[in-house]
This record gives sequence, C-alpha cells and structure tokens, in this order.
Amino acid sequence: MVEGYPRELTQNPLRKIWMPCKNGHIAHRRVCMTNCPTLIVTVGLPARGKTYISKKLTRYLNWIGVPTKEFNVGQYRRECLKIYKSFEFFRPDNEEGLKIRRQCALSALNDVRQYLSVEGGQVAVFDATNTTRDRRRTIIMFAEQNGYRVFFVESVCEDPEVIAQNIVQVKLGNPDYIDCNSDEAIKDFMKRIKCYESSYQPLDEVLDRDLSYIKIMDVGRRYLVNRVVDHVQSRIVYYLMNIHITPRSIYLCRHGESDLNIKGRIGGDSGLSDRGKEFAKRLRNFLQEQNIKNLKVWTSQMKRTIQTAEILGVSYEQWKSLNEIDAGVCEEMMYEEIQERYPLEFALRDQDKYRYRYPKGESYEDLVQRLEPVIMELERQENVLVICHQAVLRCLLAYFLDKTADELPYLKCPLHTVLKLTPVAYGNFFLSSLFQNVNVQRSTEDALQTVPAHF
Amino acid sequence: MAARHQRPVAASDSSARTNEKKCSWASYMTNSPTMIVMIGLPARGKTYMSKKLTRYLNWIGVPTKVFNLGVYRRNAVKSYKSYDFFRHDNKEAMEIRKKFAIVALADVKTYLSEEGGQIAVFDATNTTRERRELILNFAKDNAYKVFFVESVCDDPDVIAENIMDVKVSSPDYPERDRESVMGDFLKRIECYKVTYQPLDPDEHDKNLSFIQVINVGRSFLVNRVQDYIQSKIVYYLMNIHVHSHSIYLCRHGESHHNMEGRIGGDSELSERGKEFAAALKRFVKEHKLSDLKVWTSQLRRTIQTAEELGIPYEQWKILNEIDAGVCEEMTYKMIEEKYPEEYAMRDQDKYHYRYPGGESYQDLVQRLEPVIMELERQANVLVICHQAVMRCLLAYFLDKGADDLPFLKCPLHTVLKLTPVAYGCKVDVFDLGVEAVNTHRDRPLNKGQTDAIPAFLRRNSFTPLSSQDQIKRPRLYSVGNPSHTRMSQAPTLPSMQFSEASEGSETVQSENSLNGFTGADTDDCVEFKNRST
Repeated sequence: MVEGYPRELTQNPLRKIWMPCKNGHIAHRRVCMTNCPTLIVTVGLPARGKTYISKKLTRYLNWIGVPTKEFNVGQYRRECLKIYKSFEFFRPDNEEGLKIRRQCALSALNDVRQYLSVEGGQVAVFDATNTTRDRRRTIIMFAEQNGYRVFFVESVCEDPEVIAQNIVQVKLGNPDYIDCNSDEAIKDFMKRIKCYESSYQPLDEVLDRDLSYIKIMDVGRRYLVNRVVDHVQSRIVYYLMNIHITPRSIYLCRHGESDLNIKGRIGGDSGLSDRGKEFAKRLRNFLQEQNIKNLKVWTSQMKRTIQTAEILGVSYEQWKSLNEIDAGVCEEMMYEEIQERYPLEFALRDQDKYRYRYPKGESYEDLVQRLEPVIMELERQENVLVICHQAVLRCLLAYFLDKTADELPYLKCPLHTVLKLTPVAYGNFFLSSLFQNVNVQRSTEDALQTVPAHF
Repeated sequence: MAARHQRPVAASDSSARTNEKKCSWASYMTNSPTMIVMIGLPARGKTYMSKKLTRYLNWIGVPTKVFNLGVYRRNAVKSYKSYDFFRHDNKEAMEIRKKFAIVALADVKTYLSEEGGQIAVFDATNTTRERRELILNFAKDNAYKVFFVESVCDDPDVIAENIMDVKVSSPDYPERDRESVMGDFLKRIECYKVTYQPLDPDEHDKNLSFIQVINVGRSFLVNRVQDYIQSKIVYYLMNIHVHSHSIYLCRHGESHHNMEGRIGGDSELSERGKEFAAALKRFVKEHKLSDLKVWTSQLRRTIQTAEELGIPYEQWKILNEIDAGVCEEMTYKMIEEKYPEEYAMRDQDKYHYRYPGGESYQDLVQRLEPVIMELERQANVLVICHQAVMRCLLAYFLDKGADDLPFLKCPLHTVLKLTPVAYGCKVDVFDLGVEAVNTHRDRPLNKGQTDAIPAFLRRNSFTPLSSQDQIKRPRLYSVGNPSHTRMSQAPTLPSMQFSEASEGSETVQSENSLNGFTGADTDDCVEFKNRST
C-alpha cells in the first residue's frame, strides 16, 4: 500500500480531532458530502417561488456546513439595465432584450464557475426561469465542461390565488416596481408572466428522464423526483419536501434562570431559581394572552427547561437533541475557574469559538449537526415554542437569521427573553424580541449585538 | 448531553424524573395510527419494501408490523395448484381472496387499536380501486391514516430477476423446476394485469397520500404527505436501493482500556490491537473490495485501526462509542462498587438505561440514524466502530429488538460481513485470528422480571419526536408472540418489544436463511454462522 502508513496521530487541540501528523487526507463528514460540486438550477415561470426556494435552500445548506451561494439572474439583469421600464423587455420577440438576458445568464454562470472551481464553494444555486430546454441544455453543457453535477428544481403552480399572493407579497416591493402603484405593478407583472408562458417547456417525464430533478407541484402538494444520484441531492430533496409556506410563528427562549446560572457556572442540570420560576409564570400569562393557535411546546431533557414548561401547564415534548452543549471536563465550572485550570483551552476557545470542542465535550459545530433534525421538524411544523439553552438557541437562531459560523457563537440570547420569528419575504424571518410582557420591536442588529468574548 | 453528576442520582430525584415524562405522554396518546398500503403487480418488490420499511421503523422506535395477504391465503388454501386461482373470472377464488383481506384487516385493527401498534403495513397487490376503497373505508371507520406505496415497474429484466430471487423458493412452488415456476408466475401476473388500476394522481386519487416508486427507485411521485412519519417513510424509500453490496462491520483493534477492563475513554491500540489492524489490511486486500469506503468514529482507537489500512477514510463523530457519563473509564467492578444502584438498573433494562450524564442504547439508535441512512445509499462500506455502536447497527440489519440488541455478540478482532439476500441479510463472520480480551457481558440470569415498574428506572424520551402526528405507543406484545414478561395493561414505561416472529413473510427462509440465526443459545445471545479466515 502507500508508503508511510500507519501514520502517527496527533489531536488537533482546538477541534479535538485526531489527525495523522503530516497534513493527512481526512475527509470530515460534512465538508465532503459529494466528490464534485453541485449546480442546482431552478426552473419555472415568474412568481412560482423559485427565489424563495433558492434562498431557503442556500441558508439551510450553509447552516449544515455545505458552502453554498445563490446566483439570481434577475439581479444581474437589474445591474445591467439600471432602469426597468415595462414587461416589454421580456417579450419573446424583443431581440435586444433576449440578447441582454442571455448575456446576464452567461455572466452569472461565469461567477458560478468562479465560486465552485476557484473559491471552494460546494453548491451553487442558479436562480432564473430557465424555462426552455435550450437554456437548460446550455447550462448542462457548462456543468459538464466544469465537472459539476446538475440538479433541477422546478416549481409548477397553476393556482391563481397562490400566484396573486406571491406577486403582492414580493413583487410589489421589488426594485423593478419602485415607482409604480400596486395595480399597475400587478398588471405589468401578469403580462410579464405571459411572455414566458408561450415558450415554457416544463421538465418532461420522458424527454428529460436522464436528468436529476425534483418537480414541486402546487406548493408542495405533490413532488416528482427523478434520478437522485448522491447524498447532497437526497438531502436537498428531503428538505424541499418538508418546507411549507403556511404562515406561522416560531418562539424561541431559554429556560428560566437556574441555580447554576446564579452561581455563574456553565452546564450542569440544575433546577429553576425563584426568578426563573417567575419568568415561567410570566411566560404562561404571555402565551395565554397571545392565544396562539395549536402551539406546540418543545423542551430539552434537562431539568431547567422541563420545569419551565411544566409551569406553563400545557403539554410539551422533550428532545434530547435540544440539550445544552456538553462542556465536557468544564461542566459546572465558572469561566474564571476554567481560565485558571485550563488556560490553554480557554484561549483556544476564543480563537475559534465555533469549532472549538471542549475536552470530552462538544463544539458549536457538533451542536449544529445534532440540531438538524430539530430544524427539519421546525420546518414541518406551524406554531412552535422552543424552550432551550444559550448555545442551542444561538445555533437555531443562526439558521433562521442566516448567520455565519463566525457570528453564531456570539449571538445575544439573554435569559428571560422570548424571541419571536415571523416569516417574511423569500423565506427570511423577522425577529422581534419580547421581554416578559413587553413587546419590544428591535432591529435584528440591535437585538443581536455581539457580546464580550468572556461569555 | 446532560451534565456529569458528581454523585449518583438520589432516590428523591427519581420521582421528579418520573413526573417529568407524564406531561409529554399526553400529547402522544392522541395521535392516529397509520396504515401503509402496498400496491402493485406481483414481483414488483412490495414485500421487499414492506419488510425493509418495517425493520427500519421498528429500529427507530415506531412499533410496526407487516400483514402479508399471501400468508393468509396460504394458511387457508392448503396447497397451491396453479395460476388459475388468480384468474379474475374465477368467482369462487375471488370470494375466498376477499375473505382473507377482511380477516387480515381485522388483525390490523387488533394490532393498531388494541395492542399499541403504531403502523401496520398491508402487503398485498391491492391493484383494484374496489379493494382500495374497501381499505379506505375500513381505515376511516377506525380513524387510521392511510399512506399508499405503489411500486410500478416495466423493466422486464428487473421483474425476471425478482421472480428468480424470491418466487422460485416460495412455498407456493415447493417442487417445481425453475422454468415452470417462471411460466406459472408470469401467467399469474397476467391475471392481475387485466384488472390493474394504478393510482391516478391527476383525477381519481389526487386526494390520497401516496408515493409511487417507479422502476426500482429511478423516480418517485409523492402526493400529499400528511405528517412527520410519512415524510420519514418517503425519505427512507428514496434512499434504499437494490444493487448488491456488502457492509463490513468491525470494532477497533484491542485498546489499552480494553485490556484493563475499562469502558469508554479514548485510549490507543494495544500491541494485539495493532496486529488486528494489520490483519484487517490483509483482509481488505484478499477480498478485493473495490471502491470500498471506510468509516471510523472520532476516537483514537478506530482511527489508528483505519490508518493501518492505508486507504482514505472518513471520521464520523456520531460513530463514537456510547457515552458512559460518570462511569467513563471505570471497570464494571468499580461501577458496581461506586454506583450500585446504577449498576442494578442497567441490568434491569439495558436498552433504556441511560448512564448519568451519558447515553442509553436508545439514544445511540437515534444518534446513528444518519449512519444507517447513508449506509443504505452507499455501496461497499467498512465501518470501524465500537461495541455498543456495532450492536445498534447490527440490530438494524438483522431486525433484532430492544431486548436482544444490547446483548448481541460483537467480539473484538472479528469482522461481520452483511450482504442483503432476498428479504433479509446474510451474515458471514470472519475471525481474523488475533487474540483479544472478551468484552462481552451476558444477559444477567435473574433479570428483573418484576411486574411493578421500578420507580428508579430512568425515563428517556422517545425520538425522533414531534407533534400531534406521531405517537410512540407502548408496544405490549404482538399477535402470535405474547410476551411472558409484560403485563397486558399499558405500562407507564413504554416497552420496546419488537416482534420476533417474521409474520407476513412470503417465502420460507430456507436455504436463503438470512440471519443464520438459530434459537436462543444458552446465554440468550445471537449465534452466528461462523467462518474464520
């Protein structure tokens, strides 16, 4: 076999991962999901949710550790055109328009190549209508030349209500229609859609049987999945089949203050302090006032979250995966003690708080993997209140607010604060933080100031 | 993970813990059971999917059982004569066949409504709308959800191979030769084709929940998934394949802790452990395993073992050994001395027992689910892991229940080769001939078979969780296999008794005898077909 085997092992002091001494070739599970990069290509008429899907998918893949970026051809067109006049630009007989649109697509593909082949990206989401077989063929050839796998995501919807709502929600606020009133905008947009309809060639069960794709019909009522070839595609399909657009709210909070909190100690499994119980009572009143429809309540399997839920007097479910980050040998210590007893560890943690793994414990990175099923189930659900812990809350919040690994471990998640997430356009969320009984609308930035490294 | 306690759990804490669970159980009890109804012509892989799905669902903790109509038919009509029985104009036979369906549905009802089953897989052709109407009405009357799984296949090679693989050895054809079997079976299929009404997603069946599996998983049509469990079923069916492949399971080489009798920790390989790694390298070479993927945990001992192989490998944190919490790196004797209560509790219910600040086998299963899913997707894989982890994985492949899982024999320096065969899995055991300590502890002889639920037993929440749409019901016992260790009333502790009998198996496990498992041997453990290199 290969010379130099077996190699000596050393443990990376920050991540606590055993590696061969000389820059070994170890593939860490999440980073190496596929061998070649993947190009996800959306397909569909305007106002079918392609950008919604693109953005959400990108956010999810990045959160689970797959470097992903979306490329919205509409953006390229806006940059090129500067001013949008009317739907006439999209008429199939508008030579000038066709030329510009084609150029924009190619420009975007160029950037895709830069991202996937040069910058180390893993997945690129090419968000455009891509409604003709011809355009798709161009993309497939491009992918073949560069060694990318292609996966199509087509959204098909004929429900006029859904389409109308889509237009109202996202198109009216679009830079294209900044100077129009709503009626004008809607009319123009409908005509725009018409321009595409005549040349639309949906993915076909027979003609496109060798392509890998998922066809989403009627906002998720039905799916047609063809030729899923690898792990990342399988995960994408599973994710797409679990998301929905029904309006709902997600409430996130930590357990009430615990005895160990008071002592300034991390981890452990202590019960609520008196103030913690007080918080739980106020939370109960808050929930009763809000009268949230069919609210599900989830807790971890640690005493402090369960006690908090018990005071609410509603039924709840316990998830072991929602347990706080395991601080290993540092469990139940104060930060000052850790600094004293394990100064090296303390320093390493500040170096890269996301990847840092406590000795015999976990890292934020491990947490994210552990929480993935929770996120998947949150996507399936409607109104949910999750009572959890600081590090866990940071991970969940990072998913909903698209925070990077660098930002995640510093997200501010104080005790006795309920965070309410309401979906807005394009799969994003609006965050409001609620202090006990007081509704305080704060900007995302404000609510999530970074905290001194000490905490 | 929970904190490491400095002291073992005191008696007063456990009652609080008992109360912890009660509230969440309430939400579980209101969910409806589900019927999975297979649809398809003969030799379309319905029974294959039924069994595999059932095995998976039981493994993740959802009590599931298969009801195979062919078995009911064979029990009543003693000897099968020919395909004439299946002709659609054979009125008498049609009447008989309808009766079986009704008897089977009655059994489904008993399982779901009285015995605490969660999912019943109704494995039959169900090719006519009339039959499906019957089932839908039945489900409606009993408030069961229905999810259809239709297998559509028009590739003649796949069908022929299917027939040869499983039908030839079916009890219906005990003495015939292959050609006449093939002939008769193909005619049987023709009988069904006449009246086959596939699901129609556009009109007639557009409001039903179903998945159409097309050409053995090349494509899928999924309609109206209602809930969490249906979503998991779809995901699972989309990840399994029928290509032949083998999965090799082994533990790391013997470690220093092993030699000292200590559990857990992160020690290095002993000399003998290193010898094993070298033997493993020879093994891989001898077996000419092409494109072999190698997976390890993130503990030193598995990585050291893999390093010796000289081929690339992937580290999975979720393959790490079970976390023994406060008992990490102790010997069993030390545990018995320091934490006698914990020690006793573990013997009482090894599957559900969670170490303080650590994990249980049940937690392990949840943790390992992504590994199983990925193993299903892959081709040849060698997994170098640990004793408890290997037991969990093995239990999935060999359909072992919670009672047997923690006692499966997974000795050091032994490689198990698992190959899918017909409806199950063949196990080949390769003892690589390097000495090692024995880390196996047998099932204790007087295991607590008390009727009263012990108050100290630590509760664990079932996973994966959620919502109004999935209940984890306590599984009391299954028809045909009443357990003598449990009471018939619903216990507060969910019992994870899995059905041992392979009801609904269409073929007799004759020479295709899957697991190579005979009845329990003296130490109540699983016996393998042994083969050393």
